[in-house]
Amino acid sequence: MAYGATFHKSSRQLEDEGPAFVYTPENRARFDEIITRYPPDRKRSAVLPALYLAQYQQGYITANAIRHIAELLEITRADVEDVVTYYTMFYTRPVGKFVVNVCRTLSCAINGAERVTEALCGKLGIKPGETDASGTFTLMEVECLGACDRAPAVMVNDAWQECVTPESAGQLIDDLRARGEDALSGCHHVIEKMKAKG
Amino acid sequence: MAIEPVLTRYVREPNSFTLDFYLQHEGYDALKAALAKKPDEIIEMVTAAGLRGRGGAGFPTGLKWKFVDKKVEPRYIVCNADESEPGTFKDHLLMERNPHLLIEGCAIGCYAIGAKVAYIYIRGEFFHVQTVLERAIDEAYAKGILGKNIFGSGFDCDVFVHRGAGAYEAGEETALLESLEGKRAQPRNKPPFPALVGVYGKPTAVNNVETLCNVPSIIMKGAEWYSSLGPEKNGGPKLYCVSGHVKRPGVYEASMSITLRELIEGYAGGVREGRTLKAVIPGGSSVPILLPDQLDTVASFDAIQKAGSLLGSAAIVVLDDTTCMVWLAENLLHFYRHESCGKCTPCREGTDWLHKILHRIERGEGQMRDLDLLSSISGNIGGKTLCAFGDAAVTPVLTTLKHFRHEYEAHIKQGRCTLPAPWRAQHPVGAH
Ligand SMILES: Cc1cc2nc3c(=O)[nH]c(=O)nc-3n(C[C@H](O)[C@H](O)[C@H](O)COP(=O)(O)O)c2cc1C
Ligand code: SF4
Ligand code: FES
Repeated sequence: MAYGATFHKSSRQLEDEGPAFVYTPENRARFDEIITRYPPDRKRSAVLPALYLAQYQQGYITANAIRHIAELLEITRADVEDVVTYYTMFYTRPVGKFVVNVCRTLSCAINGAERVTEALCGKLGIKPGETDASGTFTLMEVECLGACDRAPAVMVNDAWQECVTPESAGQLIDDLRARGEDALSGCHHVIEKMKAKG
Repeated sequence: MAIEPVLTRYVREPNSFTLDFYLQHEGYDALKAALAKKPDEIIEMVTAAGLRGRGGAGFPTGLKWKFVDKKVEPRYIVCNADESEPGTFKDHLLMERNPHLLIEGCAIGCYAIGAKVAYIYIRGEFFHVQTVLERAIDEAYAKGILGKNIFGSGFDCDVFVHRGAGAYEAGEETALLESLEGKRAQPRNKPPFPALVGVYGKPTAVNNVETLCNVPSIIMKGAEWYSSLGPEKNGGPKLYCVSGHVKRPGVYEASMSITLRELIEGYAGGVREGRTLKAVIPGGSSVPILLPDQLDTVASFDAIQKAGSLLGSAAIVVLDDTTCMVWLAENLLHFYRHESCGKCTPCREGTDWLHKILHRIERGEGQMRDLDLLSSISGNIGGKTLCAFGDAAVTPVLTTLKHFRHEYEAHIKQGRCTLPAPWRAQHPVGAH
């Protein structure tokens, strides 16, 4: 919205209105369980988990989702928006099916993270922060993921891929296209665990 | 010094994260033993053991628990599992491979300070770890180890996991409490400290994951055993995160009488073939650099401080001769600029300004007077902000200027980066 003569801040439009939003029955049930973890007069504590539920349901956070959450938590929309705009893991625009987050902080950088990003940019034809034409991949550069011993580390949606090279990064894109999230090898400890469980 | 691992003893066992495995290896015996003692006795034991917080500041845990206002109800344990200090990945290992140890530590902590609820605040990027942790908590409830009347003692304890959403500053304890209350992760004024006014305005002990994981062994083996594991006031087992230019990066458990050399050259295999060591950051991104001639420093809280740096979160980042120190400062200031919570002006504006200057020097577009500007801006941030983030953010600038001023000058004189590393991109991209 332009700041014209008729502009009033109550009419500002920060978030995409999006389609009408209510939780699915499953998500509503999860929400109802989550709020029991906090004191009854402190429902606001559930705002981060509530936003995650909305984001998993719809891919990103819209003004309608914010309104729904604000009503359920009995806080203002501004309270929710304040949180959404602070934390980097919430998206206020549509993103690709796979959000590829390359760690750019020291231990990853000195082990070649920049070259991984460069390879991904070339492969996808986009720059960090952008989504490819097919709407499948969004590329991001993020700060230390806490996986510095397996640098460079990449997080795809909620899963990790470690010790990535420019070559393996390109291959990862092909594999994600072909096999979806199964393509991710993930954290090495998790792999051991899956092996152990068979 | 090498010790029999206490925290990571079983982490390589395939089922180390399951309750069955944990129970087969003396799991929850410490909780049982603790419940047979008075809460004050537990606090006394932890105090006598000399356990110091593993989150960064090394504050005595017993003292922190003593400070918790026992007259006010309810009280809380909040476990800091935000682990966002660059170079740190030890809590990750503990939660993923030994989650019951943390749950046991939380429960004992609750009993000691008279809390009935512990919240584990875990960073949003650790979702795969959170899954393991939540499954472990469910198992514990199912066996009556959490919930009402634990082991028939009359003690009730709930443990909940709370997921963050991408904010380094949420690791600062009061910012973490704000975040847990459903607000932006921006710090509160201290005092009052969380021990008096914490989450929901109630007395709260904020303890790091590794800190709480140390408690069960103190209960089982005693304060004397614990403190004898390391130098005076630096007792117990310690997890070190070694990353960067080493052959075997990883988490290594040792006593705090080990030297940096043993950690870097022994455990981590030293720098790679054909390279030489240039510098070591011993405690995460925010502490002063140590030089190769300081490698024989003992990696304890006190010895590293005496050597002019800090042990912090024991994140040892090793840098070899391919590392440009101007680039390093720029890389870290990019981090701090991005992560500043924005509450105080010197930090919010200053980190951005520092990053801009570093970026232009690194590209060869700097001028000599920029060096004084860097010092002057840093001086106007350090010590002038609400939380310790400000001091942390200027450290990479000041420490590289102090030890590697010649690299800054070379960039400016030659109009280019004088040490373009092989691991950098040919055409650096990125949303700078
Ligand atoms: C900017 C900043 C970030 C911090 N990040 C963390 C963190 O990620 N994890 C942590 O345990 N402590 C972190 N701390 C330290 C906490 O404020 C607090 O001292 C610690 O959680 C206390 O636990 P401890 O006594 O067991 O170490 C951070 C402090 C600051 C100033
Ligand atoms: S020093 Fe920085 S991070 Fe800390 S409160 Fe101030 S603005 Fe926020
Ligand atoms: S620096 Fe990349 S995960 Fe820590």
